[in-house]
Amino acid sequence: MNILVCIKRVPDIAGSVTVDATGTGIDDSGLGHTMSSHEECAVELAIQTAAATGGTVTVLTVGPAEAVEQLRAAVAVGANDGILVEAADPSVFAPEDIAQIIGDVIRDRAEAGQTFDLVLTGDDAADTGDFQVGIRLAYDLEYPVLTNIQTISVGGTDEGGGPGGDPGSGRIEARGIGPAGTEIFSLGLPAVVAVHEGGVDPRYPSITGRMKAKKAQVVEYDAPEPGTGSLRVRLELPEVKASSVTILGEGPDAAPALVDVLEEIGVIRP
Amino acid sequence: MTMVFVETDPAGEVTLTSAEALTFARKTPQLLPDGGAATSREVSGPPSGSTEGVVIGPLSGAAIAALGRLGVSVIHHLDHPDLAEYSAAAWAQAIVDVAPESGTLLASGTPRGMELMAHAAVRTGARMAANVMAADEDGLLRQVHGGTAFERLRLDGDLQVLTIAGHACTPEETTPVTPEVYDYDLTVAEADLATRAQSTEVEAADDAAGLTSARAVVGAGRGVGSENGFAEVLELVDHLGGALGVSRVVTGLGWRPHAEQVGQTGSRISPDVYIACGISGAIQHMAGIEGAKTLVAINTDEEATMVQRADYAIIGDLHEVVGAVNEEIVRRRG
Ligand SMILES: Cc1cc2nc3c(=O)[nH]c(=O)nc-3n(C[C@H](O)[C@H](O)[C@H](O)COP(=O)(O)OP(=O)(O)OC[C@H]3O[C@@H](n4cnc5c(N)ncnc54)[C@H](O)[C@@H]3O)c2cc1C
Ligand SMILES: Nc1ncnc2c1ncn2[C@@H]1O[C@H](COP(=O)(O)O)[C@@H](O)[C@H]1O
Repeated sequence: MNILVCIKRVPDIAGSVTVDATGTGIDDSGLGHTMSSHEECAVELAIQTAAATGGTVTVLTVGPAEAVEQLRAAVAVGANDGILVEAADPSVFAPEDIAQIIGDVIRDRAEAGQTFDLVLTGDDAADTGDFQVGIRLAYDLEYPVLTNIQTISVGGTDEGGGPGGDPGSGRIEARGIGPAGTEIFSLGLPAVVAVHEGGVDPRYPSITGRMKAKKAQVVEYDAPEPGTGSLRVRLELPEVKASSVTILGEGPDAAPALVDVLEEIGVIRP
Repeated sequence: MTMVFVETDPAGEVTLTSAEALTFARKTPQLLPDGGAATSREVSGPPSGSTEGVVIGPLSGAAIAALGRLGVSVIHHLDHPDLAEYSAAAWAQAIVDVAPESGTLLASGTPRGMELMAHAAVRTGARMAANVMAADEDGLLRQVHGGTAFERLRLDGDLQVLTIAGHACTPEETTPVTPEVYDYDLTVAEADLATRAQSTEVEAADDAAGLTSARAVVGAGRGVGSENGFAEVLELVDHLGGALGVSRVVTGLGWRPHAEQVGQTGSRISPDVYIACGISGAIQHMAGIEGAKTLVAINTDEEATMVQRADYAIIGDLHEVVGAVNEEIVRRRG
């Protein structure tokens, strides 16, 4: 099974941030960059599934030239190759645009002889958190789509009768977190699946993986002009409130003071 | 008109986050780009500028009454055997069938809400904004970068589709109304059932649902030290009849399951008290606890963000402090 994973280069935020000169983005000059944790899990799921079926994993990003770092990071842990759709500033695009761009590239790759049975995204990107590129992409490709998925395995009957069946039968079983418990889906391919972190542990790159990443093939495209365009007017930062903490004390001696607080709130079980 | 997708729990009650979204809809008249004009949809009668609810599946008397207390004048009840199991495409199409042509369609920012609104947005050709915090003359304000920053934006088009960030607003009841309930003769397209859930495995009581509704949550972070370091915090959870919530370091190290994770990529909680033990207070964790009414930090580091942001703090080793708190609770019980 050949799998495409869509990953996005995002700033790695630990502390407070500042808004950049345009007023519409954060100043990421002093920050490292990464991909979202959902996408790290999507890459891991893709690698495991491709290994189980003798397929390949391709990673795609729409981003600045530097985003090739994120593509290479995915190759270092086991992806085969990458696609960079170069957009100097991806923030000018709406989620509709990103979905369209990815859909067009998938169609173009198909013409070039590279097809994907399964397209994975994250549920949401760590920066914009739009929660929709995967779903919009699925509609653009006219594929079925699931979101909030934590694990996938190959197989399932064609009647959609649940797990079982031969690997490579063109179906996967996907499991995700629903409001009442784990929901289990049987999905015919090709399809789009948006992944939520927590079902698998992303692996660390090996030395050979890092070597491979340096030489990995990356197909490059230029992003078109934004069609819809970002709707962002500006970015604002939350007010930093002055600390108003009451220190109840140090060490175990402060325990009675905390129990007083808990009694007052009324949360101690009688 | 503003239409809200209402989630109900297995007991048929309106969920807390849906009550928040309904309150948000009622208290934010600026949501109406059309100024509350009547729509061309076939349902007649609802007063303009009102809030309408959509419920899929069983609709209990308790839910109707609760929606009335939240100011919902019209309930669109979508019930069909093909909607009994969850299928995002089929559910979204059912919502789209009754949605207004202009106005606002919204849901709470839960996984279901996000997924259904995104499908509905595509199917109506609308824009969608996720995790909205506020709406005013200046447009919408939504959380980005995991809550580190807010985005100001304007959606264009006649219909805007939104999800409301968890705990962006506190549920508030109003003068009760008696909602009119509309039932429909729905048709569900076969193609929309391709992604129907086959089954659901119900987990133990300490699942994410328990975490989001608990009145007291004890948080545990890296400071716990190891997989075997949870005895004291779990005893405290028990004394409080509450739930355990953990940081991503804890789930990432495999010490506890992901269902217990609190934060940007975990659950958003709104307990009366959150007791964060050995958690530094990274922005992605704080995003999940904004709804906590009282915040307590137990940490060895006085400078930790969690301590600075807390209402109350104890500086010290969490095992010693939580152990002493448990002893004190037992002692006072006599
Ligand atoms: C895209 C993205 C999404 C994320 N989503 C989430 C999320 O949903 N939830 C989440 O939690 N994180 C999330 N994170 C991770 C987040 O950035 C932090 O890494 C994480 O919250 C830190 O966990 P921690 O506080 O347990 O560990 P640390 O930051 O290592 O803090 C440990 C704390 O314990 C204290 N401590 C140590 N020993 C003791 C002791 N014996 N007694 C008392 N205190 C002690 C230390 O002083 C310190 O304050 C996300 C990150 C990214 C990039
Ligand atoms: N610029 C991009 N390049 C590649 N994939 C993207 C991009 N933007 C979004 N995605 C994918 O779509 C998912 C959802 O993003 P969003 O809807 O923007 O929150 C992300 O987790 C990525 O997998």
